[in-house]
Amino acid sequence: MTATPIKFYQVGSRAVGNRLLPAELRTEQSSPDRSNALTSGHRACQGCGEALAARYVLDAAVRATSGRLITVNATGCLEVFSTPYPESAWQLPWMHSLFANAPSVASGVAAALAAQGRSDIRVLAQGGDGASVDIGLACLSGMFERDDDVLYVCYDNEAYMNTGVQRSGATPPFARTATTEALGPEPGASPGQGKDLARIAMAHEIAYVATATVAELHDLERKVRRAMQLRGARYLHVLSPCPLGWGTASHDTVRLARLAHRSGLFPIYEAIGGEVVDVLPIRDRVPVDEYLRPQRRYAHLFGDPPRPDLVARVQQLADRNVARFARWEGAGA
Amino acid sequence: MREQQEGSRAVARVVARCRPAVVPAYPITPQTHIVEGLGLMVRAGELSPCRFLTVESEFAAMSAAIGASAVGTRTYTATASQGLLYMAEPLFNASGLGLPIVLTVANRAIGAPINIWNDHSDAMSMRDCGWVQLYAIDNQHAVDLHVQAFALAERISVPVMVCVDGFVLTHASEPIDVPDQDVVDAVLPDIRPRQRLDPAEPVTIGAMVGPEAFTEVRYLAQLDLLRALSEFPAVVAQLGAHTGREVGPVTRFGPESARTVVIALGSVCGTIRAVLEDGVDTDGVDGDGLGDVALLALTMYRPFPSAAIRAAVGDAERVIVLERAFAPGAGGIVTADVRGALTGRDLPLHTVVAGLGGRPITEAALRELFARARRDDLPDVQFLDLDERSVHAARTSGASS
Repeated sequence: MTATPIKFYQVGSRAVGNRLLPAELRTEQSSPDRSNALTSGHRACQGCGEALAARYVLDAAVRATSGRLITVNATGCLEVFSTPYPESAWQLPWMHSLFANAPSVASGVAAALAAQGRSDIRVLAQGGDGASVDIGLACLSGMFERDDDVLYVCYDNEAYMNTGVQRSGATPPFARTATTEALGPEPGASPGQGKDLARIAMAHEIAYVATATVAELHDLERKVRRAMQLRGARYLHVLSPCPLGWGTASHDTVRLARLAHRSGLFPIYEAIGGEVVDVLPIRDRVPVDEYLRPQRRYAHLFGDPPRPDLVARVQQLADRNVARFARWEGAGA
Repeated sequence: MREQQEGSRAVARVVARCRPAVVPAYPITPQTHIVEGLGLMVRAGELSPCRFLTVESEFAAMSAAIGASAVGTRTYTATASQGLLYMAEPLFNASGLGLPIVLTVANRAIGAPINIWNDHSDAMSMRDCGWVQLYAIDNQHAVDLHVQAFALAERISVPVMVCVDGFVLTHASEPIDVPDQDVVDAVLPDIRPRQRLDPAEPVTIGAMVGPEAFTEVRYLAQLDLLRALSEFPAVVAQLGAHTGREVGPVTRFGPESARTVVIALGSVCGTIRAVLEDGVDTDGVDGDGLGDVALLALTMYRPFPSAAIRAAVGDAERVIVLERAFAPGAGGIVTADVRGALTGRDLPLHTVVAGLGGRPITEAALRELFARARRDDLPDVQFLDLDERSVHAARTSGASS
C-alpha cells in the first residue's frame, strides 16, 4: 500500500480560502455564499484550467452585478462539458449558439436588453482561444468597434483542445499539437508571433482590456469587478492551462499558470481606452526553462538531442514581454 | 391607403409598424434599401426603443438576431444572395433554437459568376434550414406577408423568411397600401416568447444533445414547422379582415377546366397571370390555347403545402413547374416537392428553369411555352430562352465561360 503524504499548505495572501484576511479582502471564491455559477458535477477533465477560470470569472461577475447577468458561450470545451442534455451546470441564464458567433449573439442580447429598458442586466460572453482569436475574431472585432456593452472573456489554453489539441492562432512557438508535430528542424508550432488578442483588443481602444491567469485569483476577481463597473466593450484574457493538451499533471494547473507569468511569457496587465495602466510585477522571475520543462508539449526541447537554441528563442520572447511592459509595473498600485 | 412607393421602402415601413426591438443590419444589393429605411426611422426616433445594429457581416447579423430574440424581443433583419449563404450556419441555429426571427430575402442569384440580379438560387439553397419560407407575388403581397410573418413566427416559435424578388419587386415603384398601425397592432400582439434569457428565471439554451434525444428534438421542430400549414391561413384571414386582401399558401388563377397547371413562386406569377388574362380577354378567341392553362402561385414553400397543391391541381392533365433556380446535376427543386405532393397521380410533370440571374421571363416566351405544352411537346427539363448558339460556341471552343 502506498501512502500519500499529507501536505500542509501555507495560507498566503494569494490563496483561495484565506480566513486570516479581513472579510472585505477575501476572494469571492472563499465566500460560502458565492453563486457557483458553474456548479459541480460537470464533465471537465481533472485539473481543467478553463473550468476553474470560468467559475472564478462568473462568480465574481454575478457578485458584481448582484445576479443580473446573462452569459453567452461559444462552442468549445466549456460548452460541451457543462451542458450535456438534459444536464446543465449553469446556475445563471446561459446560451450557446455557434462556435464563431458568441460576440455577435452577446451584442444582440445587449441590444435587446437596452430596447427593453433593462440595461441593469449585464452581458458576459465567453469562449476559448480558438473561438476568440481564430474563427470568431471578426465578430469579436465588430463587437469591440461598435462598443457594445459586453464583457468578452477568452479562456486561453493555447490550442483547439475540444477537438483533440490542434494548433490555434494562440498556440505558442514550438508547442507540439496534433497539427504541429514535434518533427523537423523547427519542431512543434511555427515560431511566428501568433495572435496576441489582448493587444488586438487594445488597438480597438475599448473601455477595458485585461489579462489574467487562474493562478492570480485576487487579481482576476478584481479585474472582473472593474470590468463590470464599466460600460461598453470590454475584454478579459485568462490564461487557462489544459492538462490534456499541455501534457501536464492535473495538480499543476495553477502552478503552471503562475510560472507562465513568472517566466515573463504571459504578461498580466490591464488597459483603459487602449492604454496600459497597470502591470502585475513579476516576483521571483524564473527562466522559461522552468515553465517549459514540466509540459510534454515541449518535451522535444529537452529530449535527445536537446534544443537549447529553441529554448533560447522562447527566452527572447519572454525578455521582450518583460521589456515591453516593465515601465507600467505596479503603476496602478 | 395606397401610395406610390418603392417596394423596399414599403417593406421597411411595414416592418417598422411591426415594432421590432432589434434590427441588426448589413448591406447587400438588392436588399440594402430596406435596412437603410429602417436605420433612418430608428435615427429619426420614430422606432424607439428599437436598436439598429450595424454589424460586420451577415453571419453577425443573424447571430445578433439570435441573441436579441433569445432575450424575448421581436427581431428583424434582411439579406440576399451571398449574404444568405454567409448566414447559413446561424440560420440553422435560429430554427433549431425555435427563435421567431423574421428575415427578408431580396432574392438574387448566387455566384460564380457573380451576378446581382434576381432569381431564387439563394432562398432555395436554404430551403431545408428549418425556417418557414414565404414568396411574394407583388409588392402589396410582400408588405402583407411581413405582418403575417411576424404573427406566424411568434405563434409557432419558428423563424420566417419572406422572399421578395430582388429589383423586380424591391426596386419597383407601385401603388402599395402599408397597413395602418392599429391594423398591424390588432394582428400582431406583444411578443410572448416561449422561453427567454432572464436572470429572474435562469434557463440554459443551446445545450448539447446526443443520439438519445436528437431525433426527438428534430421531430418536435418538424411538428412546430408543420403548424405553419394551419396557422398561416389563420393569420392571412386575420389581416385580411382589415385589409380585404387574402393570399393563402397556394392560390389558383385561371379556369377550373384548365388541363395544364403552371406552378410558380414569386413575381413571375404576375407575368404568367398577365399572359393568361391577355390570351383570353383580348379578342375572346383562344388561339394560343391559353384558356386551357391555370396558374398555381405558391406563397408558402416551407413547410410544403402538399395537400393544398394536390387539391389545387385537381383534374389537370399536365403540370409545368416554372423554377427560378435549379439543382445542378439533378433538375427542378420545386418539381421534386411537387412530384411528392402528386404521388399516385399519373400525369406529366415538366420543369422549366427560367429567369436565372435576372434574365427577363417574357410574355412571348411564356406563350411559346404554353403552346408547346398544348402540343405535348415539352421535355422533362428545359431552360427557357436558352441561347443555344452561344452554348454551342462555348462548347466547341473548349471554354466554359
